[in-house]
Amino acid sequence: MPQAIELSKVWKFYGDYPALRDCTLSIGEGACCALLGRNGAGKTTLLRILAGLSHFQRGAVRIFGQLPRASVTRRRIGFLGHGIGVYEDLSARENLSFFARIAEVKNSPSVVDAWLERVGLLRAARVPVRQFSRGMRQRLALARTFLHSPDVLLLDEPFTSLDDRAIAMLGELLSSARQRGATIVLSTHQIREALASASDVALIENGKLRYAGERTREMLDDPSLLYRLYTELGTA
Amino acid sequence: MREKLVIGLSLGAALLLAYNLYEIFLVLPDEAMQGAIYRIIFFHVPAAITGMVGYFVALVFSVLYLTSGNFRYDSLAASVVEVSIVFSLVNIVTGSIWARIIWGIWWTWDYRLTSALVCVLIFGGYLMLRRAIDEPTQRARLSAALSIFGCVDVVIVWKSIEWFRTQHPGPVLSIRTGGGHIDPAMERLLYMNFYAILMIAIALVLIRTRQEATAREIDSLRRLANAA
Amino acid sequence: MIQACYTACTRSWVPPELRTFMKSLRQALSVARKDLAIELRTKESLNAAGAFAIAILLLFSFAFDPFAEAAREMAGGLLWLVFAFAGALIFNRGFARELPNECLETLLASPLSTSSLLLGKAFGNFVMLLALELISLFVFGIFYDVRWWLHPLELAALCALATWGISIVGAIFGALTVNLRLRELMLPVIIYPLLIPLLIAAIEITDTLLANRPITAYELLWGRVLVVFDIVFTALALALAETILVNQ
Repeated sequence: MPQAIELSKVWKFYGDYPALRDCTLSIGEGACCALLGRNGAGKTTLLRILAGLSHFQRGAVRIFGQLPRASVTRRRIGFLGHGIGVYEDLSARENLSFFARIAEVKNSPSVVDAWLERVGLLRAARVPVRQFSRGMRQRLALARTFLHSPDVLLLDEPFTSLDDRAIAMLGELLSSARQRGATIVLSTHQIREALASASDVALIENGKLRYAGERTREMLDDPSLLYRLYTELGTA
Repeated sequence: MREKLVIGLSLGAALLLAYNLYEIFLVLPDEAMQGAIYRIIFFHVPAAITGMVGYFVALVFSVLYLTSGNFRYDSLAASVVEVSIVFSLVNIVTGSIWARIIWGIWWTWDYRLTSALVCVLIFGGYLMLRRAIDEPTQRARLSAALSIFGCVDVVIVWKSIEWFRTQHPGPVLSIRTGGGHIDPAMERLLYMNFYAILMIAIALVLIRTRQEATAREIDSLRRLANAA
Repeated sequence: MIQACYTACTRSWVPPELRTFMKSLRQALSVARKDLAIELRTKESLNAAGAFAIAILLLFSFAFDPFAEAAREMAGGLLWLVFAFAGALIFNRGFARELPNECLETLLASPLSTSSLLLGKAFGNFVMLLALELISLFVFGIFYDVRWWLHPLELAALCALATWGISIVGAIFGALTVNLRLRELMLPVIIYPLLIPLLIAAIEITDTLLANRPITAYELLWGRVLVVFDIVFTALALALAETILVNQ
């Protein structure tokens, strides 16, 4: 299978301090990779490099054979970071229309309406996001991320602070994305849920990738196995 | 190696300055129209040239940093800008003193003084920007971008203010006037002092660069300690 | 059917470079439209900048006699100082508007090119600053009895050129200072010295126009300075947009 995402000996420095050390990772097309690690380990840094938000000093990163920052790559990526990435003063429909225009989505009015319906925001389409509840914002953020049917999804702790409805929606969106062959990288603290749906696992600690490979049966049975076997700090 | 270079340059500059000062104060006669105060030109003009050249040298280092990512260029650029600002201020202050004696006013809005002041403000902004950013990579990248804008603007500023105002004495160096405006002995001394000041400038830049590298090392050690 | 033919025809003979350029422009206009929509709804920048401009014009009237001949000589300088100071309030908001909810990161990760993003911000700045200038000119004409409508075309051309220069500088340095903790302080400190040549040029030409004097070679010289400034800074800003906005 052709590799969708390839990191090869990547180092990222802040000044002289290495945030990522000699990271090598390959994720095939259609795979779902769970990126695990403690806070400050380097998960967010890695995801941002993949999204083209951060440059790296050594090594190589390729997404479908292209640089992350190339416009052809960015068209195929959907990124959801810590912030929801929508404008408070615009309505839900205006937000999605804007991002649809940026991503050059065809037939954007009907696509936008379809997505509003899918995340249950059609009735609140004209309301400014400022007046949304937290759950509604999260669902709008999901719509924004998946709007242009990206081939690669980069999600930074997407399950954190989601309510039940949003978690269910995200699960459904992820599985339908996988069905159409999208590649997913998501970083998370919820090891159990992540391991259940992941095909690959990457464990990062202090900037180094301690484990990068398939998710095995043993991991599913004993989620803390990874930490015990591969980190110097012992059980999670 | 670097320490030897710094010491060598400083000693050389000290010797040259001592010789120049002797020549300036004890050997050369007073100038016909200005009296004793004209001697300030031996510091005013070399400081001006060092300052101006420094800004463009900093531009070169900034571009080198952006293309290579090597922090040494960033340290060099920052150090050169700092030293250039110091010499530009020397230029402005000596000019101001001279103007007070000759024309009776501390400041005049003539184009050279005004442009020099604007350059100090532009690159003063550069130093303020560096102060405002903690993270070394971001600091290096953004200040390099600012110095590119600053240097291009310096050129436009000079011509603009020149077209806007003119009161300063005209050029005196033979390379610009073709000779006849200044006594050859004085001109020779001007160049000698320029070399002395240039050596001081380079020594200062080297010291400052070392400080920047050390600061960066401390910063990364601090991050390492906090992360563990 | 006709529509499809038309689209096909336009597609085939338009060279790819022009198509890319048109696409960048379209995306920049999307960004500008989005910003102006937000601004029209909240009116944050325009209210603040407008109030500030009127306050300064008022304060200046206490500093010297507004109807004296000397005041008329200074009219150009006064106006452009007001535009520059109030403009800083507009530029501060430019990229700061993208900070809540990490919208800036979302835009950078999106297919939007950094140069389109920068151009879009500059267009937004441009429109808002022009609106401010129009309001200020009205107020100024009333407070200082200055007939600014005598040379409308020349004044419009001057305002367009000078405002674009200020807008692009405000946009790129808004981008540079967006993540700094002292953003509101750093932006004016950095851009005012850089804008000096543009402000001198604008002031000189405005003085001539407001005093109803004929345009001479001297004014045309300053007009050339404006054009050169605009071209150089727009080129530099577009070239350095990626470097400044994307964390390295």
